[in-house]
Order: sequence, then structure tokens, then C-alpha cells
Amino acid sequence: MRAFSYERAKSPREAAAAVAADPTARFIAGGTNLLDLMKLEIETPARLVDVNGLKLDEIAPTKDGGLRIGALVRNTDMAADKRVRKDYGVLSRALLAGASGQLRNKATTAGNLLQRTRCPYFYDTNMPCNKRTPGAGCSAIGGFTRTLAVLGASEACIATHPSDMAVALRLLDAKVETVTPDGTERSIPIADFHRLPGDTPQVETALARGELITAVTLPKPIGGTHAYRKVRDRASYAFALVSVASVIHKDGSGRIALGGVAHKPWRVEAAESALPRGARAISEGLLAGARTTSQNAFKLTLAERAIGAALAQARA
Amino acid sequence: MKFDTPATTNPIDQLKVVGKPVDRIDGPMKTTGRAPYAYERHDAIPDIAYGYVVGASIAKGRIASMDLSRAKAAPGVLAIVTAAEAGKLTKGDFNTAMLLGGPEIQHYHQAVAVVVAQTFEQARAAANLVKVEYVRSKGSFDLASAKDGATKPKDGGPDSAVGDFDAAFAAAPVTLDETYTTPDHGHAMMEPHASIAAWKGDKLSLWTSNQMIAWGAGDVAKTLGIPRENVRLMSPFIGGGFGGKLFVRAEAILAALGAKAAGRPVKVALTRPLMFNNTTHRPATIQRIRIGTDRDGRITAIGHESWSGDLPGGGPETAVQQTRLLYAGANRMTRTRLAVLDLPEGNAMRAPGEAPGLMALEVAVDEMAEKLGMDPIDFRILNDTQVDPEKPSRPFSQRRLNECLRTGADKFGWSRRSRTPGQTRDGRWLVGMGVAAAFRNNLVMKSAARVRLETSGVVTVETDMTDIGTGSYTIIAQTAAEMMGVPLTRVNVRLGDSSFPVSAGSGGQWGANSSTAGVYAACMKLREAVAGKLGLDPATAEFADGRVRVGNQSLPLEKAAAQGPVTAEDFMEYGDLTKTHQQSTFGGHFVEVGVDADTAEIRIRRMLAVCAAGRILNPKSARSQVIGAMVMGAGAALMEELVVDKRIGFFANHDLAGYEVPVHADIPHQEVIFLDETDPMSSPMKAKGVGELGICGVGAAVANAVYNATGVRVREYPVTLDKLLEGMPVLA
Repeated sequence: MRAFSYERAKSPREAAAAVAADPTARFIAGGTNLLDLMKLEIETPARLVDVNGLKLDEIAPTKDGGLRIGALVRNTDMAADKRVRKDYGVLSRALLAGASGQLRNKATTAGNLLQRTRCPYFYDTNMPCNKRTPGAGCSAIGGFTRTLAVLGASEACIATHPSDMAVALRLLDAKVETVTPDGTERSIPIADFHRLPGDTPQVETALARGELITAVTLPKPIGGTHAYRKVRDRASYAFALVSVASVIHKDGSGRIALGGVAHKPWRVEAAESALPRGARAISEGLLAGARTTSQNAFKLTLAERAIGAALAQARA
Repeated sequence: MKFDTPATTNPIDQLKVVGKPVDRIDGPMKTTGRAPYAYERHDAIPDIAYGYVVGASIAKGRIASMDLSRAKAAPGVLAIVTAAEAGKLTKGDFNTAMLLGGPEIQHYHQAVAVVVAQTFEQARAAANLVKVEYVRSKGSFDLASAKDGATKPKDGGPDSAVGDFDAAFAAAPVTLDETYTTPDHGHAMMEPHASIAAWKGDKLSLWTSNQMIAWGAGDVAKTLGIPRENVRLMSPFIGGGFGGKLFVRAEAILAALGAKAAGRPVKVALTRPLMFNNTTHRPATIQRIRIGTDRDGRITAIGHESWSGDLPGGGPETAVQQTRLLYAGANRMTRTRLAVLDLPEGNAMRAPGEAPGLMALEVAVDEMAEKLGMDPIDFRILNDTQVDPEKPSRPFSQRRLNECLRTGADKFGWSRRSRTPGQTRDGRWLVGMGVAAAFRNNLVMKSAARVRLETSGVVTVETDMTDIGTGSYTIIAQTAAEMMGVPLTRVNVRLGDSSFPVSAGSGGQWGANSSTAGVYAACMKLREAVAGKLGLDPATAEFADGRVRVGNQSLPLEKAAAQGPVTAEDFMEYGDLTKTHQQSTFGGHFVEVGVDADTAEIRIRRMLAVCAAGRILNPKSARSQVIGAMVMGAGAALMEELVVDKRIGFFANHDLAGYEVPVHADIPHQEVIFLDETDPMSSPMKAKGVGELGICGVGAAVANAVYNATGVRVREYPVTLDKLLEGMPVLA
């Protein structure tokens, strides 16, 4: 960890301006990911702007019947919120499938969205990594890939996004609200928020330099049976091999999003019309274009079977 | 004292304290944070600077150049030590690679420098400024491809043969010939390797975390080239070892070198991401097993070959050793082969040999039973032997494997198991049961202790024995209390200091029996001395209730120390009983698993171990040892694998997010039953080890249960869901 300066921001706009003006600055909220990365010098900010005091920790209804979840709402609080549990069960379940109780107490909505990949080669600074050093090359390709991406990856990066929460937000068509350094606010559809790696895997989101997440908004409830199925090697405290967020309606229609398979939560709306015809039918569209290795090809079978399980559970 | 005839009745047999499930006496210190671990010894030494280890970023090659200039100029830096500045260092007897590398690099994350600074953060930041240029050379990183070039290791009797295995196997009407693999495993103990070093003139004090104090003191002296008497090791509390702390590791040597260079005490702990490649691990194995039987299921031929790899000069994983002893059969063969691998050095991890060996053998036995249409318990019982099958004149001192299996079957509800796999459903779960024999040899080691009757009447025990979380403090206190006739509260146990008499140490599950036998010997001497002081006949004196009695005469124990403490020191060493009798420990592991019919996720539902391991000195701490070992076995079965990146030559998943060990949610109800047993051949304690027995066979019991649940036989550990998916039922 390099030495850094620390300051508390007084307003979201001021925080955004401070970080925008200083390329060495980073926001810090829960710090559950950032501090670990700083200890390993994967992240080396010279300045931390603490946003914890910005009062972005409320959950409130929106005018159109949805819910606005502040950027600093702790994962534990979001998961336990009665409105979230009642109307957005998939989100609550996804949150509770992630991390540990201690981490969820600390981790925030925005921080969870912004957590970085758990690719083992990203974590070892001796290994070339295009995320850490653009142009250095990807040492994961051709190496240990069992946990890595099978969809939407590139020649530059095969990392996955580790969040469970983000998969549920993608399913629910959430929007990410931000404030930019000049004070403008914008609302980014979650589908556009996380990026595929392409040639620039170091650019992970649609956020501009200094742009601060203030909230995540959920549209009005869509009903249906909500489920989040996280498949992993051990029963808890592990990242997903594959996860399936699902909302299934009585008529068999619904939505499916996958975690653990790509650089972003994976959802193909066009494929969802096939959902009433079953797991195989939707998987054809959802998993189209997959590129696998001998170590991670199982993720495709697993995803289809986990979707099948979700459908069966919804029917039951 | 020499133990060379079977034990007869002795004071331990009173079982007033020994054999009772007492709470561990160090428990309150641990639960209140007062037990001093190595990295925290600010009580013992002030003004400690911090060292941070720099690990090599290549697997094999040479350092071309090092640039320390920026690191040296960084804030707070007091010293940097590399091989170039360290002076002559000699490899320790128990190490395979140098603990401080350079210019030659022998494995990934081999230490190449230690940076010492005022604070931990300064040392860490400066360590990242050390710039090293390497010249890589080609290495051997893939066991499967190095296997054919593997050779017969020099030590340890790599081959065994009785009868004519090849002919008998060829002639057998029912045969099995399968190959199994186990991956590299990390010890992943809670406490990392940690040491504080302080020099006073040419004398070195090391507060460290080490299982084998005398080995450690010797290797510290050898590595640094100083007289052994100038080294003092103190390791009173150890946050887990599992074999990973049997030997001196880099942090101890680098703390010593850093302290010398900085001119003040230095502490060094290995960071978790460094531990997996910097220290030792359990080596991966490839094992071929062949079994031939007659039509009734009697084994006529059994062969077990194992391949593992290590750095040049290293040793093999002795995965075949249980196969020489576990089952009957006239024609037998084992072979151990060692390949050169330029991965981090392999070495002992909990039940070296048997742990991975039984993961293979006990699946093979399950497969063989199925071929024969036999229940796997019946097959094992049919092939039981009460003598060393290689040398039938040599009986087992105790062998109650059959009783373990029968008792376990009864308690576990084995009769409810469907013999045809894939038949039992519980909602979305496919349910299966598996069994495996547990087997681990009982080793005895010379062990010494000093006991002192204080004027207060307290009995102090001093030995360099270690407590790695096993309960050594408690069973040693129980032994001294039983011997001297005092309550536990009047025994004070001091461990893990190289200024104390040399004990067996903690390894190979020999610690409990051997170290308490050493305390027994010292107490026998103290009893004589006490009786002498009191003018009583030592031969007939009884020590009970804090008093010494002969006939009608009864005196308080502490009276013997009225003129000052009475001290006695002795050791227990062993004669030929281990040669005339095979001493082993036995058990049966029973596991029920559920496998998700859709996703093939495997979750253990129940576990039972039935153990026959001599006298159980403390059923509570012994149970803790066994359930902990069962957890470790579950990890080995289902998730633990150091993944070798064969291009680069390192374990890629080198942190606890990547190297998964079981969490609470993975471990269901566990039960342990100890058969009531004493083994007079083992020592006056009549005890044997259990800490490693508990892991032996667990992996196979889990794998066999997964097979019973699904009908999918996985022969490559860990048994993960991706290996089952293709064989799972078609989606509904």
C-alpha cells in the first residue's frame, strides 16, 4: 500500500469535482474491495475521498412506484429492507448470497457495483494483466480459466464480474443515478453500466472520471416468482461459478440474468421470449457466441441446468 | 526410561484425570486473547521493527540484477537484506530449497529480499519498490508429463514386493486397474508463518510458530552458520500447523537476518498470498491401483504405484504406505516414484502418505466391492488381516478395523444405503452414503520432560513439546496430575521453548502419546525423589489427593518441597516393540452426501468417524482433533486444489479466495466414536495418535458417497460439480 491522503467530502458534487480534478484520487465508501487492492498495490491511489458522510443511505419510494436505493445503503440493510424483500426478492436473495455477514455490513450499493474482478492473475501483480497495465497482455488466457468468462470476453481479457447484486439489478432493469463533476445528474441503464472488456478491459463501467454514483433506482415491481440461484464449489463465502437471477410469471414468461460467466451481468432480452419453452430454448439465445476452454466449458451446461431448476421451482 | 516391554498396570491406569473429557487448560487464554502468539510478543521484547518479504516472480532461473535504491530511500526503511548481502547461508537439513533465494531462483515466491522498516506499512510499501530483473530458465511443472521420467527415490524403501503380484493379478478372476489423482494441497492454517528475532551479541532469540522446536533450533543455527547453543526458539502457542510448520521457514531466517542488519528486533509474518508458493505443500499424486480377487472376494493380488514430484533433492509423497498393511493378500507390490518438478517444495501435510493414499485406495476398494457385488464393508472385513501381510509373524499390536466398520454401520444406518447408485432421492437431492477405512501408523518418538514440585505444591512441567491447537497443554497436565496425585489446577505446563528438554514435538500424530510418555518418565523420577525426601518407600508409595501414602503413613505432597523445589528430568525412548508389533490406528469413516440433481452441487449431510486408537487421553480434545481432521478431509474431497499454471510454474490460486477450504455451511453434523481400547505396546500411556487418523479415508468416503448418490465415479480429486454434470439425470 502506498501512502495516501484522506479527506471527507461534504457533498456529492464536491466529491465528484475533487476526484475529477486529481487523477490519483479515488472515492472510498465501505472499502471492502478497494483497501484489499491497495494493500496489494493493484490500486495505488494517492488520495482517498471518503463519501461515507454524504447521506446517500436512504431507501425511498419513487414517484412511478419503484424504489430508490442510496449509493451508501449497506448491503445488509438493502437485503433486509421490507420493500426490497416484498417486491424485489431476487435482489435481496442475491445480496445474501454474496460475501459474508461482516462484509455485507460494510459494503455499499455503489461499491458492490464497482467491485473488481477476482481473476487470480489480476490479483498477482507479477502477472501481466491488461486491467492493471493496459497493453501488458492477459496471463489468464491459456492459464487457469475454470472460474473465468465464457461469454463476451475478448483477446485482451477473460475476467468475470464478481457481483451477485449486480446480476439482480440487471434482471430488474435498474438505473444507476450519478452526479458528474459539473453537477449534472444522469441516469444510466444498468445494461449500459458495466462494459464488456473489448480492447480496453481497464475501463469497466460507463462512469466518467469523477462521476459519483448517488443511487440505484428500481422500476415498479414486476411481480412473478423471484429466485437467485448461486452455484459454487462450497456452500457459502465463494464467488459464483454460475449464478442465475430469475423472475418467472405464471404464464411461463419472465426474465433471466446470469452471473459468473462474463465481464458484466449477462442478460439477453431477445432470448427471453423462448423462456416458456424451457431452459434449453432460452439457453440457445442466452449462451449464443460462448467461447470456452476445457476448464470452463461446464459453465454452459451448468447455466442451462440452473435455469431449468429455476423454472421448475417457479412452477412448483 | 526405556520402553521395551509391554506396559503393565501403572499409575496412569487409575484414570482419575487422564481419559476425562476436561476442557483445555489454555482455553480461557485463547478465548480472551491472552495467549501470546509469535507475531504479538511485544510483552517479551520492545522496540520491534517490521520486515516484509519480497518473493521471486519467476519459478526457475536467476536474478540478473536487483535495484534496491528506491526501496532504501523509502520512508522508514532501516535495512534490506538479500542473498548478496546476507553472507553465507547453508540450506537447513529439513529444507529442500534455500529460504533466501538468489542469484539462483528455485521456485515461485522464493524469498529474494526482506525489507525492514519502522512500521509494517512502510516495510510493505518499500518492498514493492525493490526491482528485480530475472533470467528465466525452462522448468518442469507438470507431473503428468514428468511422470515417465520419474525415478526411484533414494530413501524410504520405495519398492515392496511379496509373492508374485503380476502372475496373481493376471490369474485373478475379478480385477480392477484404475488410476487416481490427487492435487497439490495447502496447509492453509489460520496463523501464518510468523517470527520475531532479537540478537543479544551473537545470541539469537526467536519467538516463532514452529511445531518441532529442536529441529527448528538446529536448522536456524545451520542456516545462519552459528553455534546451535546460541539459538533459542520459543513457540508456546501455534495457530495451526498441519505440517506446514514442522520446519524453519523463510520468515524466521529473514527476521534473524533483518534484525542483524537493522540492529534491533524484527518481526516478519508471511502474507497469505505468499504462503502457498513460498512454503511447503502436500504434493500432488498420480496413483495406479490394481486389485485381483477370487470369486468370493478374497484379495489375491494388490498393487499400488504412486508418482509425485518435488524439487531436486526433495522427497516423494509416500502414498502407497498404507497399502502394505491395510488388507490381506498373498501377492503384493508397491512402488513409489519421484519426478523432478520446479514447483514450490513438497513436504508433509497432515497424515503425509496415508491422506492422499487412502483417497485413492479406498475408492479402489469401493469399486472392487461393486465389481464383486459385495457390500464394501463386507469386502473390507473379508480381507482383514491381524498380522503384517508382508511378514505374517509380526502381529498388529491392536487392530479393530472390523469393529470400527461394524459399529459405524450400525450407528450410521448403513443398512438404509441402496447398493445400486443413483436410487435415493430427497426432494431435489440425490442422496448417497459412502464408507472408507481409516488407517494411520502410530509412530513413537523419544521425548523428554522436566517436572518440578514447587514449594507451593504446584507441579510444573517443562518440555519443548508444542501445542498446535491439539490440546498438548491439557493432556500433559492430565498426565502430570495423574502421576503426582494432584488436581489439574495444581499443574503448570510450559511448552515450546528450546531451553526445555527435547520432546517428540508435534508431527505424524506422534505428539500426544510420545510427549505424555516423556512426562510419565519424568514423573516416575519425581515420585522417587519425593518419596525419598519424605522418607517413604518409593516402590509402594501412592500419590493421590495431594498426598503420598505408604500403608498408614500419609504426608502432604508439598512437604517434600519444604526445603525447596524438587526437580526431576527424564525421557522415554523406545525399544523393539515397534519392530515386533505393527502399531497402527484404525477407523471407519461414514459419509452421507446430497448431490443437487440439477446443478450437481455436492453437500455433505452427515459424517461419522469410529476410531480405535489406543487409550484416548482426553475424549474432548481428541474429538476436536478428529472432527477438525474430518473437515480437512471434506475439503480435500470436494474443493481443495492448488492449481498449477504449467506455463508459469506456480500455484495460481494463492489466496483464501482462490484456495477454498470448507466453511461452516459445508460441514454438517459430525459424530465421533472412540472404541474403548488400550494398547500396551505403544507406551506406558497405552495411547496412540488420532489427529491424523481423523483425515485418513475421509476423502474416499465422500467420493464413494457421491458415487452412491449419482452413479458417477470421479477419480480425479477434488470431486467438483463440473466432473459430475455430464452424468447427472436429464433435466425434467
